[in-house]
Amino acid sequence: MNLHAVKAIYFFEMARTFRTLLQSIISPVISTALYFIVFGSAIGSRMVAIDGVSYGAFIVPGLIMLTVLMQSVTNASFGIYFPKFIGTIYEPLSAPVSYLEMLVGYVGAAATKSMIIGLIILATSFLFVPLQIAHPVWMVAFLALTCVSFSLLGFIIGICARNFEQLNLVPALIITPLVFLGGSFYSISMLPPFWQTATLFNPVVYLVSGFRWAFFDTADVAVTYSLMAIALFSLLFVAVISVIFKTGYRLKP
Amino acid sequence: MEKMISVQGLSKVYASGNIALDKVDLEINKGEILALLGPNGAGKTTLISMICGLVNPSAGRVSVDGYDILTDYRAARRLIGLVPQEVALEPFEKVINTVQFSRGLFGFAPDKSYIEAVLKKLSLWDKRDTPIRELSGGMKRRVLIAKALSHEPRVLFLDEPTAGVDVELRKDMWRIVEELKADGVTIVLTTHYIEEAEALADRVGVISHGRILLVENKDQLMHQMGTKELTIHLQQSVDKLPEALAGYALRLAPDKQSVIYSYDTKAERTGITGLLADLSSAGFLLRDLQTSQSSLEDIFVDLVKD
Repeated sequence: MNLHAVKAIYFFEMARTFRTLLQSIISPVISTALYFIVFGSAIGSRMVAIDGVSYGAFIVPGLIMLTVLMQSVTNASFGIYFPKFIGTIYEPLSAPVSYLEMLVGYVGAAATKSMIIGLIILATSFLFVPLQIAHPVWMVAFLALTCVSFSLLGFIIGICARNFEQLNLVPALIITPLVFLGGSFYSISMLPPFWQTATLFNPVVYLVSGFRWAFFDTADVAVTYSLMAIALFSLLFVAVISVIFKTGYRLKP
Repeated sequence: MEKMISVQGLSKVYASGNIALDKVDLEINKGEILALLGPNGAGKTTLISMICGLVNPSAGRVSVDGYDILTDYRAARRLIGLVPQEVALEPFEKVINTVQFSRGLFGFAPDKSYIEAVLKKLSLWDKRDTPIRELSGGMKRRVLIAKALSHEPRVLFLDEPTAGVDVELRKDMWRIVEELKADGVTIVLTTHYIEEAEALADRVGVISHGRILLVENKDQLMHQMGTKELTIHLQQSVDKLPEALAGYALRLAPDKQSVIYSYDTKAERTGITGLLADLSSAGFLLRDLQTSQSSLEDIFVDLVKD
């Protein structure tokens, strides 16, 4: 195990985050604050409580998930695409580093960054709505697992992307719809029966539901399913990445 | 002599069908400087990239100090430093951070004094806190070398290290290469500049169209393949050489005051004594003599022309 390499990659990537601290953190915080004002205060005041939770509070877990998923995918995909783009990828590829070590370094840094942003948004939300967290340890666990899982997906996107356009396309075209249709702003029990079934194929539903359970002790799907779903995604993504590194796909000619 | 790198039957066929390297065998000795010469697209960078793990081999094996580059990649790669041809550096990072990053990447614990020594050797110490994008092109090349040296490699690959580099930096690099050789580091450099190979290399390999045409001791190569030229400066100018000297295949220099005679130093008779005697009997007075050996460049051009 090349621990020095894992540390080197992790801190090098984190340094990139701290160099761009303002844009990394201010922009998600501002956009989330806007959501709170529009959905929480303006619209939320006219909505009935869902499962006994006021609408303003109900959307907090969904909003955090929305940002964290986008941030995880964006950070991780950029983190690996940028070295590919400027050519510095030659160094980790020629170093005595296994793909798992590379993965821990790059994905770990991306997940840490989105985790920090998630926690900042959580802190911000306390300013707007009264909030209680029923299972704080599980809340952090769900947040961390989600960050890792979607950073893994971002890593795959970053390796496969051939240009900046493709790098932006997947988050915009796939992640955003999945998140919006994943119950961020509503309980899926509010949907017509057909769409309730269709939604169960959306991985984000399990994440949001599990995360919301950690806050309010109510869930759309059972918590064990949520955990299994996250574990399944992570394993799937790691499997894809191992194939990528074995074949050198888009990394080594 | 002990082998540092052993390349056996190494081939690379790219997805496009382009055969970049064709069953190359190459042994590189410990502590030597090997210069790989070849025209653009000959396969020099592909060969280096495969040894360093940047390109997947299509066939063949490579071992570095006995470690196979695929099955024992950790042990093999720890020994290798690579200075790539293209300048690829994180633009916003500081010089010292990027060099420390390289050391960690290769599995070495941080060592401030060693990094300081490397940066000082490359005249980068004053620039250690400068973001890389603010450095000149030459300085960036120095950073690439510092990164490659950051983990105390035993083999150093320099892929066209002095392409587009000013004279001062080139001389600096040559000095560094010689210092590394003195420390026992094995050095493989690819170059377009024959001058560089001539100045530095112990052995010279010539690659063309993905094949190694020859690997030869540099001095021996120049001796074996080199012909010498004798330039004879005359007291008076001549328009035409007399018939009596036709057997020597002399060339008259453009200034018409000297004649040039080519001869093979390995031949039984060089013909110099006879020529001088015949010149004298033809009535020429000699002012000066001068001999020169054909350069590696002449040899190289002869080898790669199809």
